[in-house]
Amino acid sequence: MTSRPSGSSPDARNRAVADVADGYDPGEFYDEMFAGSGTARAGCEALYQRFRQLSTDDLVRRQDAAVRAMLRLGITFNVYGADEGTERLIPFDIVPRILEQEEWSWMERGLKQRIFALNMFIHDVYHRQSIIRDKVVPEHILLSAESFRQQCVGLDPPKGIWCHITGTDVVRDADGQVYILEDNMRCPSGVSYVLQNRQLMKQTFPQLFERANVVPVDDYCSRLLDGLQFLMDQRVRRPVVALLTPGIYNSAYFEHSFLAQQMGVYLVEGRDLLVSDNFVYMRTTKGFERIDVLYRRLDDDFLDPRAFRDDSMLGVPGLFEVYRAGNIALANAPGTGVADDKVMYAYVPEIIKYYLDEDPIIPNVPTFLCWEDKQRDHVLANLDKLVVKPANESGGYGMLIGPRSTAAEREDFAGRIQADPRNYIAQPTLSLSRVPVLADHRLEGRHVDLRPFIIYGKDIYVLPGGLTRVALEKGSLVVNSSQGGGSKDTWVLAGERT
Amino acid sequence: MLSRVASSIYWMSRYVERAENVARFVSVNLNLSLDFPREGQQQWLPLVVTTGDNEAFNELYDEPSRHNVIRFLTFDRDNPNSILSCLTAARENARSVRECISAEMWEHINNFYLMVKEGGGYRGAIDQIYDFFERIRSAGQQFAGITDATMTHGEAWHFSRFGRSIERADKTSRILDVKYFILLPSPDTIGTPLDVIQWSALLRSASALEMYRQRHGRISPTRVVEFLILDNEFPRAVLHCLTKANESLHAITGAKLGGFSNQPEQTLGQLRAELAYTSAEEVIDRGLHEFVDDLQMRLNLVGEAVYDAFFAMRPMKPPSFAEV
Repeated sequence: MTSRPSGSSPDARNRAVADVADGYDPGEFYDEMFAGSGTARAGCEALYQRFRQLSTDDLVRRQDAAVRAMLRLGITFNVYGADEGTERLIPFDIVPRILEQEEWSWMERGLKQRIFALNMFIHDVYHRQSIIRDKVVPEHILLSAESFRQQCVGLDPPKGIWCHITGTDVVRDADGQVYILEDNMRCPSGVSYVLQNRQLMKQTFPQLFERANVVPVDDYCSRLLDGLQFLMDQRVRRPVVALLTPGIYNSAYFEHSFLAQQMGVYLVEGRDLLVSDNFVYMRTTKGFERIDVLYRRLDDDFLDPRAFRDDSMLGVPGLFEVYRAGNIALANAPGTGVADDKVMYAYVPEIIKYYLDEDPIIPNVPTFLCWEDKQRDHVLANLDKLVVKPANESGGYGMLIGPRSTAAEREDFAGRIQADPRNYIAQPTLSLSRVPVLADHRLEGRHVDLRPFIIYGKDIYVLPGGLTRVALEKGSLVVNSSQGGGSKDTWVLAGERT
Repeated sequence: MLSRVASSIYWMSRYVERAENVARFVSVNLNLSLDFPREGQQQWLPLVVTTGDNEAFNELYDEPSRHNVIRFLTFDRDNPNSILSCLTAARENARSVRECISAEMWEHINNFYLMVKEGGGYRGAIDQIYDFFERIRSAGQQFAGITDATMTHGEAWHFSRFGRSIERADKTSRILDVKYFILLPSPDTIGTPLDVIQWSALLRSASALEMYRQRHGRISPTRVVEFLILDNEFPRAVLHCLTKANESLHAITGAKLGGFSNQPEQTLGQLRAELAYTSAEEVIDRGLHEFVDDLQMRLNLVGEAVYDAFFAMRPMKPPSFAEV
């Protein structure tokens, strides 16, 4: 008996290729890459063709190489609640999410509009409160917002800017409609992944980048530094900037370190700083050096034990007084969180109208406010269809996803809502759009959202694209990295060059 | 630079150097115990004594068997000076200053840590442990090389070299101490072939055998002491380490060599000058162990002075704005 060499048909390569996308069905969802089975959307055509030229093994190999590179570079985050120092990778998927120029320009305009209005809102809330007096936002909602800081009343932050860095979450429903899901205005994280993902993708698919005309994201850090120095440029010729981190056990420590390194600024912890003569100094090997701008990645509560939580070990005693005296700029300004309270979120369309006399460009997700009796009754009667969120949590914690919940969970939430209606909102369960991921040697659809990053400095800048977070578990709608989400590179395509 | 950052870089280097040297301790002892298998368990207690952690050991283990001692010195997280603990600390320090060190340094220290954490394949077999300690030694040396080759030789690098040098001076002296404790039970072996074997093993574990041969040829205890303590050119010799530490300290402060501008410079300068003008015969007359003990105590004083001068967040008044 003789043995033959393992056979391979002449088009084995093509056949392997076809397997990746073969049988891929967008189903009832909006798919960001495919308009229908086997039909790529216009902007995704080049990507699709490139994928068809590669064998499945090749794709898997590239995916593995990208993941190894992340491990080697230590691109990790820490998980709250797990053992201290437990680090995980944010899983990275090599299929990019593509946004065409036209849609992106629209989004960019919408985000600028929103941030501009929200900054006016925050300023108003801590000063004249005209929006309250004009009864656009109910006073009790403002006063009961956990993130409203009495200490900030009357404060004038440098250049009148409160929300220097925002990460706004944007989602698309099954019908293709884009909504703003929430505004993260305290210490939004994720931008380092945008920058690293792009680096990884350039290494993984160099040829594709040559052809695809993707708008670069690399100048984020220099824009951020410009924006931070701008805050004090009238008081100091070369403002000294430092990034304040809670330390290496913080979930976003990698990002803090990365941003400090990219901007070339000091990465400091509370214990490096002290206040003297109403200025903030850091301890250096040559003595004490003054800091003019602090990009703080620490919540208001922990900033200064004298002004906020007195049990904070992370902050700098006396910092807030220095800030009040105008001797240091803080980004974001303390008190900014009042605008990303999830109840306040429901009022943002009115806020935009009130300050700008414009209609919001990007709509909100329809939101039910549990403090209003009629809306609460509706929520309680429809818990199995709605998503319920507490007003003051982030990271996807403490939510009820109605259609996936058990009767016991719904009962639990009904109790919580009735006990503290102010603290809950509800929204219809969106059918988040999907993007293919490489799973088990083929493409499968997974739900995504998008977090664009906005810097408010001399003007408002929106980083092209943002962080695409993807729920890697089949069918899951939770994209948060703390709960099994991964990320993708996000490509904004430059307009046609003629 | 930030004091905390300087401190982390200093400790990062110290801990990597410490991990490497603990591997050297254990391998010298493995060497010796294989040459004299009948000595049995007695061989392993001195090792713990030399590292200065015998109290911790006695709390955690009932007997100083080879298995226990190797576990204690290598993988035991309850021993703050075990190789694994050292690398955990080195890595934590590196992680907190990633923006100030090269990417290669971070990658290496991360891989080094992962290698030790996974035990490098060690499952208790003696041939595996040799290989494992060899890899640790090699990884430690690579870290020093990567640091020198990829990091700007500025203030941060000087803190790194300073930390590495002080740690190495301390550990080389302890390697000599291993011999002292092992010798004790049988003083009549001095000058015998057995003695030569022991000294050779010791030199080897300090990566010093070939260089020693070039310098002094025959193995003699006095010359070995001279080579490991008083040589100013051999990079693991105590005097050489102190010379480099002294240079780095002066580079950090900007003070001229030959004088001092602060407490650590004075403490270190005095110690270095004393060694530079001491002979091996004087060291041995005084008692090697006593000498080593005093040296370690004074190195600790240098460490404390460095802490006070550069790292401590003293509640002192910062300079007024005009002076900044």
